[in-house]
Amino acid sequence: MTLMELTGSLGIVGYGLGAIGPGIGVGLIFASVIQGTARQPEARGAMMGTAWIGFAVTEALAIIGIALAFVFSGQ
Amino acid sequence: MGWLTPLETGGFQAPGVDSFDFPPPFPAVPWLDKYMIQAIVSVFLVAGFWLIMARKNKMVPTKGQFVGETAYFFVRNSIARDMLGHDFKRYLPLLIALFSFILVNNLYGVFPLTLLPTFSHVGWAYGLAALVWVIYNAAGIIRHGPGGYLKRTCLPSGVPWYMWWLIIPLEFISNIIVRPITLSLRLFANMFAGHLLVLVFVIGGEYLLFESEPIVNKVAGAVALVFSMAIFGLEIFVQCLQAFIFTVLTAQYISSAIAEEH
Repeated sequence: MTLMELTGSLGIVGYGLGAIGPGIGVGLIFASVIQGTARQPEARGAMMGTAWIGFAVTEALAIIGIALAFVFSGQ
Repeated sequence: MGWLTPLETGGFQAPGVDSFDFPPPFPAVPWLDKYMIQAIVSVFLVAGFWLIMARKNKMVPTKGQFVGETAYFFVRNSIARDMLGHDFKRYLPLLIALFSFILVNNLYGVFPLTLLPTFSHVGWAYGLAALVWVIYNAAGIIRHGPGGYLKRTCLPSGVPWYMWWLIIPLEFISNIIVRPITLSLRLFANMFAGHLLVLVFVIGGEYLLFESEPIVNKVAGAVALVFSMAIFGLEIFVQCLQAFIFTVLTAQYISSAIAEEH
């Protein structure tokens, strides 16, 4: 006797789990940018440049997740 | 489906992977589909732009020359010189070509006549990442020799001998196998997901506004259509950022491949 049956797209659940990490990562990046700007406002330009590079590298994981969720769900 | 066709059942066809299906317009030439046509036109645009920029040079720059000089110095100073150090001039043509090509092909996604970023087809991203992989490995092998390059890549200086069994496979996989994969997938997935987002807002908004009955749905559809303009703006930003990131990472990989021990 089956205990529970769930239907739906496991790809979307997988994407949801995979978006936790990059969300925290991007939050950490920009938190450190804000703190660094608060300590030393003159360094804002250099920090923002590095912040955008770090943002894109971290965001890549979340974006790869949503693209593969489509690929693996076969829609 | 490459364009909207009404269903007999009249339901909502959500945009998906098959929204990126563009069959070739001339069946006699099967490799010339919309992506290839866009890429070929972009090659002519980029080559024409930089050739014209290299030609008319006055001491007091005109407005057109100022635009070209700004673009050139942006790649030269912020990307090439900062990442590569003193021998950046060998790799500057590659970085400028990469940046211009990726930027033009990305901006095709918001240009009214094309409305399709070329790198939303994964083969294009794989090709560029394969080129970058060959270049940074070849640069390292030419500078240090094959054994020396592998040793520098897989074994950072200062690692104690009892950690080598862990560090060497990890560094090998991370530097030589995973780098081209993430480089290509980052560009492809950003273009794919961004274009899909615009499609969802526009197609969903149009369906809600025109083909569904309840008033709340119609209002939601109108709001979605208006908000898709903001998503368009986000798309422009993401496309420029991804072109910049690809170039910066290429410069970074070449720099760490040819770096001297210090």
